[in-house]
Amino acid sequence: MSGALLNNLEAGIILDDMSVKAESLQSSAYFSGLGSEELDSILKQVFEKTVARGEVILFEGEPARAVYFVISGVVKVFKTSADGKEQILYLARPGDSFDDVPVFSGGLSLASAEAMTQVVLYGIEKDNLEANLREYPELAENILKVLSQRMEQIISLVEDLSFRRVTGRVAKILLENAEDTTGQRHRLTQQEMAAMAGTAREMIGRSLKLLEEEGKVRLERNRIVLTDKEALRELAGVGR
Amino acid sequence: MTKMPEIDRSQCNGCGLCVEVCSCRILMLIDNVVEIKEKAECQRCTRWCTVCEMVCPTGAIQCPFEVVTEETQHSADTS
Repeated sequence: MSGALLNNLEAGIILDDMSVKAESLQSSAYFSGLGSEELDSILKQVFEKTVARGEVILFEGEPARAVYFVISGVVKVFKTSADGKEQILYLARPGDSFDDVPVFSGGLSLASAEAMTQVVLYGIEKDNLEANLREYPELAENILKVLSQRMEQIISLVEDLSFRRVTGRVAKILLENAEDTTGQRHRLTQQEMAAMAGTAREMIGRSLKLLEEEGKVRLERNRIVLTDKEALRELAGVGR
Repeated sequence: MTKMPEIDRSQCNGCGLCVEVCSCRILMLIDNVVEIKEKAECQRCTRWCTVCEMVCPTGAIQCPFEVVTEETQHSADTS
């Protein structure tokens, strides 16, 4: 094969790779609506990282150096108490980001992050992200929206932990993690549900049993079927 | 296909607690790492008891649940 042809092929592969990366990046609310020129420029600063299930991506209290975007897989963002109890703040799925708040505030990571499956991440280092922010006002607007949604999410968690009974919290977790409109099915262990609800694993088992006795769910082998979503919504204190 | 408990061999410390508690007796240690020895036996248990996951000190065994709605359950069954 001639050198020129090889170069063209290589260039084609790089371009294809760039367009795949641009598409992946656009799935994040950070970059939605940005033009191809802006995306191409940002892509040059993006690094990719593949993480195995169970691997800790970052630890609470360490300097926050980059914002991460989930391209595939699920990441658990959580805090740990001095006696080892875990509270999941949220699960970051494809399109979601994490560690953004301390990157912008210039502080330490507020929570740890661990891969719940094999995960592919894109990351942008703090300095590069700040330079892009100054360059592209649309990016700044998107980030404001993302951080506002994050604030809503955390306030909702405070509300759950303060005012909802465990069964209500479990009902809310089930509703939030039921198959979404894209048909994507999420999987959760009882330990993960406990860490989300801020309770012990045993309480999750009891709550699920209670919900089944009340006819709101049906427990099948490795599946929780929501049989009465309306009743679950009422119990969880959430609207449609 | 019936799902099995998921084992991450790299995280297993060979303590054998899961083997002791398994009511279907399908788990065993091979070279100090847990394995499912009888998949058919596990399929016989209608409940996903998750006790192995509960006792595992390292998180090497996971028994995740899918959360589905009644309306979409059929598509979940066929996929």
